[in-house]
Amino acid sequence: MDITSPAFKANARVALADGQLQKALGNVRAGFIDKRRKAVDALPEFEQLRDRARDIKNHVLEHLDLYLEAYEAKVQASGGKVHWAETAAQARDIILDICRKADARTVTKGKSMITEEIGLNDFLQENGIRPVETDLGEYIIQLRGEHPSHIIAPAVHLNKEQVEADFRRVHDHLPDHRDLSEPEALLGEARRVLRSQYFEADVGITGANFLVAETGTSIIVTNEGNGDLTQVLPRVHVVVASIEKIVPTLEDVSQILRVLARSATGQEMSVYTTLSTGPRRKGDVDGPEEYHVVLLDNGRSAMLGTEFQDMLRCIRCGACMNHCPVYHAVGGHAYGWVYPGPMGAVLTPSLIGVDRGGHLPNASTFCGRCESVCPMRIPLPKMMRHWREREFERGLNPATQRFGLGLWAFFARRPRLYRLATALAIPVLSLMGGRKRRIAWLPFAGGWTRHRELPAPESRTFMQQWRDREAVARQAAR
Amino acid sequence: MNTRDTILGKVRSSLHIDPSDAARRKAVEERLKKAAPGIVPARGQLPPAQRVALFAEMAGKLSASVDHVRKATDVPKAVTEYLRGRNLPCAVRMGSDPRLAAMPWGRQRALELRFGPSDGYDEAGVSHAVAAIAETGTLVLTSGPENPTTINFLPEHHIVVVDAADIEGDLETVLARIRSAYGKGRMPRTVNLISGPSRSGDIEQKIILGAHGPRALHIIVVGG
Repeated sequence: MDITSPAFKANARVALADGQLQKALGNVRAGFIDKRRKAVDALPEFEQLRDRARDIKNHVLEHLDLYLEAYEAKVQASGGKVHWAETAAQARDIILDICRKADARTVTKGKSMITEEIGLNDFLQENGIRPVETDLGEYIIQLRGEHPSHIIAPAVHLNKEQVEADFRRVHDHLPDHRDLSEPEALLGEARRVLRSQYFEADVGITGANFLVAETGTSIIVTNEGNGDLTQVLPRVHVVVASIEKIVPTLEDVSQILRVLARSATGQEMSVYTTLSTGPRRKGDVDGPEEYHVVLLDNGRSAMLGTEFQDMLRCIRCGACMNHCPVYHAVGGHAYGWVYPGPMGAVLTPSLIGVDRGGHLPNASTFCGRCESVCPMRIPLPKMMRHWREREFERGLNPATQRFGLGLWAFFARRPRLYRLATALAIPVLSLMGGRKRRIAWLPFAGGWTRHRELPAPESRTFMQQWRDREAVARQAAR
Repeated sequence: MNTRDTILGKVRSSLHIDPSDAARRKAVEERLKKAAPGIVPARGQLPPAQRVALFAEMAGKLSASVDHVRKATDVPKAVTEYLRGRNLPCAVRMGSDPRLAAMPWGRQRALELRFGPSDGYDEAGVSHAVAAIAETGTLVLTSGPENPTTINFLPEHHIVVVDAADIEGDLETVLARIRSAYGKGRMPRTVNLISGPSRSGDIEQKIILGAHGPRALHIIVVGG
């Protein structure tokens, strides 16, 4: 897909003016936050489980090479095949090769962000293979030629009228007068249309929420059941997963499962948690005859040992974006690549480079809500700050910003001068505030005052007020 | 160097690891061997009768319907009554699970039985769960020659039979049981943890049942 992350500001401006989008984003604010809160409150052990989940992933990352080896051996022992891909291009070639060997014309897909990351659909299409997204949200956006705007609710940027229009356009074999005014009718139609596709497909591709080193098992966590039909009906099942999805044991999975669905949708458990180990066994009457796992690095190994290692704990629950005021305002597409919201702001520069993804860590108010709800306790604001530092070091931000920051740094490093300057500036600003105590226009800060007023400061600096208080206190003590 | 070794090499060099470090290897081996349970919530830690009650309550909250019968021989009648109560065709698809096969289906004269994997045209399917989890109202089903996975997903109505004695407090207990049944480090091809009927919230975040899997999940608890 085209990367538009460098145009984040322009994207955001368009998003803010998009009435349909703004209406749809209301569902994010209204839905996810309350549901999560209730689910968390119903489990007294939730905070302890977050600590535990964090510790499990930290342990895995420190021993990732060994767990990958153990996992691979177990997949092979259960009759599956492991393919290693260093880059997105390698992963695409491996998958195409599997599809060609299976003589595949149609491929069904369960919801998978990693296949978005490697741009799989376009690639398969270019090579004469038809990919069919089966998750309802993914199906809708595939019809529209769009990409997901949220990692667990891909079509959250749309309203039902838009979906109805798309279904009428694409499902043109169905009668015109059918009633599609309610989401139930839309879901029913998608269900009927997709049923035949599962049986037609030669290969089914899913992602994985977990890869279990103890058993060589891949796990998907879903609600619709499309992922299961995708992997059980075609002759070949391909799992595409990045290397940090590994967990040591089934018991470790159980710990993380308890924080995953609660953080994502506010469910205690998602409807279907499916553990898959290898292909069809002797005597089995259904299930895939071939089971492949494509293990993708694509920049993750380079994040290990850096200040961004913690990001590899991410389990893609979406809680950070569900609670992010910036995401609420502009939605996911403005972020310009696969991963939106706070986790996207940290991950995108790691995966596509800070020169292209550098705007995203700046799309934050540093309110800290993302970190406070992250089930894996990833310090997202801290990492966004690291990216801002790197961006500054490499001279990637605009000249005015650099000049401003340079000016501030000059004073910040000279406390006396700083105090003198503020002692001079504050009475002036205070005077400018007038009786309303608001400043509506400020020289060199038009970018700020164009959209909001600056509250006028009190007439004295903090240091001056502090000195006075101390003096009064000393006198009282005497 | 092949891609596998390149990736593992990059991981090791990023982590500044000495590949001959035996302590690391031992830590990983121990952890995999021990598979220690972590924090298990108090919610499911109940005596058997209360566990069954909690399971039924939690499954009900997930929009599953729950029926109780005294003995396994009562199951075919309960299945027929479910189908009749919902005006469904009197036919079910099932595998050849011995626990189901031992039930007196012949007494339900009107009930048509189809065996083997689902072809996508079944209104109702019957499966036998190997276990259930009280903490979350979750059913645990395993695949095998006698238990096709397609029955769990293709029929519109999924009827699952579970023995009250198999309702455990938590997932950890179920995992330990699977491990002892299949051997350490081995698994059935598919383990399905099913918590309620299929659903989607993808259109305007409105939850609708019956996305791609069954619209209805009916649980028959035997005994207890």
